[in-house]
Amino acid sequence: MTDISLLSKNEAGQKLTKELLLNLGPQHPSTHGVLRIMLELDGEEIRGVDTIIGYLHRGTEKLAENFTYTQIIPLTDRLDYLCAPSNNLAYVLAVERLLEIKAPERAQYIRVMMAEMARISGHLLISGALPMDLGAMTTLLYVMREREMIMDLMEMITGARMHTSFCRVGGVREDLPDGFEPRCREFCHVMKQRIDDYERLISENRIFLKRTRDIGKISGEQAIDWGLSGPCLRASGVSWDMRRDNPYEIYDRLSFEVIVRENGDCYDRWKCRMDEMRESVKLIEQCLDQMPAGPVAVAMPDIAFPLNKITVKSSMEAMIHHFDVSAYGFPVPKGEAYVSIEAPKGELGFYIISDGSPKPLRMKVRAPSFINLQALAVLARGCYLADVIAIIGSLDPVIAEVDK
Amino acid sequence: MSNQPLRELLQRESIQQRCESVYETFGMLTLTVSKENLLALCHLLKHDSALQFNFLSDICGVDHYPQRPRFETVYHLYSIPFKYRLRIKCRFELDELPPSVVPVWQTANWHEREAYDMYGIAFVGHPDLRRIYMWEGYDGYPMRKDYPLRGYADHYNPFGEARSERTEGA
Repeated sequence: MTDISLLSKNEAGQKLTKELLLNLGPQHPSTHGVLRIMLELDGEEIRGVDTIIGYLHRGTEKLAENFTYTQIIPLTDRLDYLCAPSNNLAYVLAVERLLEIKAPERAQYIRVMMAEMARISGHLLISGALPMDLGAMTTLLYVMREREMIMDLMEMITGARMHTSFCRVGGVREDLPDGFEPRCREFCHVMKQRIDDYERLISENRIFLKRTRDIGKISGEQAIDWGLSGPCLRASGVSWDMRRDNPYEIYDRLSFEVIVRENGDCYDRWKCRMDEMRESVKLIEQCLDQMPAGPVAVAMPDIAFPLNKITVKSSMEAMIHHFDVSAYGFPVPKGEAYVSIEAPKGELGFYIISDGSPKPLRMKVRAPSFINLQALAVLARGCYLADVIAIIGSLDPVIAEVDK
Repeated sequence: MSNQPLRELLQRESIQQRCESVYETFGMLTLTVSKENLLALCHLLKHDSALQFNFLSDICGVDHYPQRPRFETVYHLYSIPFKYRLRIKCRFELDELPPSVVPVWQTANWHEREAYDMYGIAFVGHPDLRRIYMWEGYDGYPMRKDYPLRGYADHYNPFGEARSERTEGA
């Protein structure tokens, strides 16, 4: 019988294997969108990774230079479409910094509450999609059930399920609808139990552990060097959360724990998101408890839209004014501001340069998915082909945000 | 958070001699620096034990057309240990390009590729300077102010502007 090792060698004893270039994507279900990866393989082992993006590039930043400040809000929805309220929040905070205004307290609570709901929605999807990529289909179907509850709540507040566009410069679009609070509390109550259910389903599953433990490891120092942020960084033992370290809006009045894990592998990144969802539920409950009554937009008629739509429909001057604000926008003082928030994916920053006109001179989006995805090349080197899928899932890139 | 402690740290001789000016605008301290001093300054800011700007948040290319010097790169730094934020700005013309900061922060790689793709800023010493969003062989730099919003007309883009209407300046 021929020894198996002889088959892969020629008579001179040289190896007969050769390196292979494998193209993964752009149309592949486990790349979470139109992501293309060129893999250099030696057998099943990854020697090199070239991530090719841009298939969904829409030129958000170029468009923003030609839009008024209010018109840009819907554009930001379409970056990380799973967590539209967070994107809105980061953008309006940057404009508010330039205008040197602050939204009324009630509006701030509504924004934070919606951003936390968005965080749960985003984390839910990926914590279901990662096991699905590895063959455990069940979780995805369960998380979709809870995500539907969030979608219903979003629809109740804004009328839209995904592209909410609810934040406005100087506040939010309108007040919360009647009957929202009991439904939201019911969701929080249900959600707490459901997170335990998912953990029971997956976190001790032997196949899942084998596929994620010690796969795609990155040390804290390296993670910082590669600019990872959010759960991807905290899974590597770096305790940095902007909600705690540079609090914006009313986060300094809320109490929550920053989830940090030590190992920095795919499992820890997944687990980090699971635990963060629990904290987000607590944050939503605190927002509901503390939410004061009051206006939801600043009393600055040249910036904020009139909340009383009846006046707009009955008074000619009010209607002209409303038209004016929507069609021509409002000028923003000359200057530049960079504001970043802790979005579900990491540090989401908006850098706006204003030349004093109603349109920005330059708007730059610091998209966390874009930067996190860059680390794929480092994480995947030396792993096996099947691990690449787990690593992409654990980095949680949303291609719409990667490609802007 | 007050910027006073950081402002005092930036007063030191080693930093002052490398940057052109220090000012605060809308709550963030900003350094302007010439392209010759950029790399040394970044290195200093990252490795100084009292500053430790270990996290590069963002690199943004800006086109100030028709002003001169035309281009600018803006770096947003963050110090995870001390929670400082800082902005560095470097202004230049295309014939005197700034150095790549990849030797200081690995994450700069894709940021600089993006600025190159959108503005044609070819950072000196970048290890892998290719287009990132647009495809290879794409003509022009879409984020430049003199690049039309709808692009140039061709077989696939009948709504674009005719090329003869504009001449792209350097």
